[in-house]
Amino acid sequence: MDKVEQREKFIDIMARFTAYTGKHLPDDVYVKLKELREKENTALARIIYDAMFDDLEMADELDRPCCQDTGIIQYFVQLGTQFPLIDEIEDCLREAVKKATLIAPLRHNAVEVFDEKNTGNNVGTRIPWIDWEIVPNSNAATIYVYMAGGGCSLPGTAKVLMPLEGYEAAVKFVFDQITSYGINACPPLLVGIGIAGSVEVAAKLSKKALLRPIGSRNTNPRAAELESSIETGLNAIKIGPGGLGGESSVMGVHIEQAARHPATIAVGLSTGCWAHRRSIIKINADMGYEIISHKGAVL
Amino acid sequence: MKTKIISTPIQNEDLEKLEIGDIVYLDGYLITARDDVHQRLIKQHKELPVDLAGMAIFHAGPIMQELEGQKGKYKVISIGPTTSMRMEKYEKDFISQTGVKVIIGKGGMGESTVKGCQKHKAIHTVFPGGCAVLAANCVEYVERVEWLDLGMPEAMWVMRVKEFGPLIVSIDTKGQNLFEINKGEFNIKKDSVLEEICQHVDYLD
Ligand code: SF4
Repeated sequence: MDKVEQREKFIDIMARFTAYTGKHLPDDVYVKLKELREKENTALARIIYDAMFDDLEMADELDRPCCQDTGIIQYFVQLGTQFPLIDEIEDCLREAVKKATLIAPLRHNAVEVFDEKNTGNNVGTRIPWIDWEIVPNSNAATIYVYMAGGGCSLPGTAKVLMPLEGYEAAVKFVFDQITSYGINACPPLLVGIGIAGSVEVAAKLSKKALLRPIGSRNTNPRAAELESSIETGLNAIKIGPGGLGGESSVMGVHIEQAARHPATIAVGLSTGCWAHRRSIIKINADMGYEIISHKGAVL
Repeated sequence: MKTKIISTPIQNEDLEKLEIGDIVYLDGYLITARDDVHQRLIKQHKELPVDLAGMAIFHAGPIMQELEGQKGKYKVISIGPTTSMRMEKYEKDFISQTGVKVIIGKGGMGESTVKGCQKHKAIHTVFPGGCAVLAANCVEYVERVEWLDLGMPEAMWVMRVKEFGPLIVSIDTKGQNLFEINKGEFNIKKDSVLEEICQHVDYLD
């Protein structure tokens, strides 16, 4: 395959995979929603879960985006240093978004700041947002697609605390935000928390926390324990599906951390909604690919 | 919890007996109106291109597709509610100036909308968030679009709908607000939960 063919193949795979992401929830999210649905016993909560599952079924059947807000497209790329398209992958991903917008179709969500014009193709200044991680001695690219919807991005926040305020202040910060803004973000939510020394690191880690498989735990025992106690605590508030009350509030709580400065504890918060459209694909040097997030997916 | 079907044009009597937590379905006209439509009417004093008296509006930005070979004719692919709270600033004036009767969105709205609903006999309801294909399935056809210069999500899409729902009444005509009540309960529970967790997070050496 020459460069031109590789390029075309890559764009085609990523366009179709991005479109697919908007129409099907990943396996772990689906399983978790089913589990939470079983626990509900009020009529209202059941009606909401029924609506969600009917919606997913129809989206699959009619091949349409399951939520109309297909978000700002974000790619988190773990890029092998020997991946053949390393020089042009950014351009290819932008092309893929344009193509996905037409074939899915995706909603037009990229609004240029200051000009206040919708670009009409989901591509704009620095958008799709691309996050890079370099993988040494590899010729593959593993790409996470995330659709950052408006409603679920709205509770996002970050703050730098003083160490003597302690971890308590960070926990309180999270709870205050979820009970006030989280209820409008289509619960049950996935809660991503970043803890670091400065605000942008905490914010970015909070988004990366959302990319982890639901139910996975931080490798640090204290962090893992905090994940589970925040999860239990938020569920005890019983926000319920759609914020209308119910047996649980969240699909999970994930924390990611970076070493902090002695004088700061920065905390970032990102939320994912029930329609948590996060998918993972691994593309090899020969443009063969494996879809990791959705078993049996056909593009 | 009562379940009821209401049709446009909606009369005060259709709404007066409804209470928060009731479920309604809508027949007739449903028109999308979100941030920019609110701002054009209330802040820029532009005349709305659609008469909303007795109608229902939907806080929603849909995915529409132009029908092949039929310029200006659209079908709805996916349409779900957006966060209603964003329209809180203008909704009371919007209700009073347009005579709109049913507002459909996601999540709660505030005190000012409650007052508007009480005074002008209107209600706010929520459609299950994110369930956009389910909603699209209740749309019979898209009659026309206005203000498309605002872009697809912000334009006014005039649709005919059949048993559009479930719509959960979140603000009724009597001044009750379901989400405010829920929020109060969540906040009470939050305090005791926080106290418990904070006993175990003293990690500083
Ligand atoms: S919060 Fe999520 S499910 Fe709800 S409307 Fe936004 S993207 Fe869709």
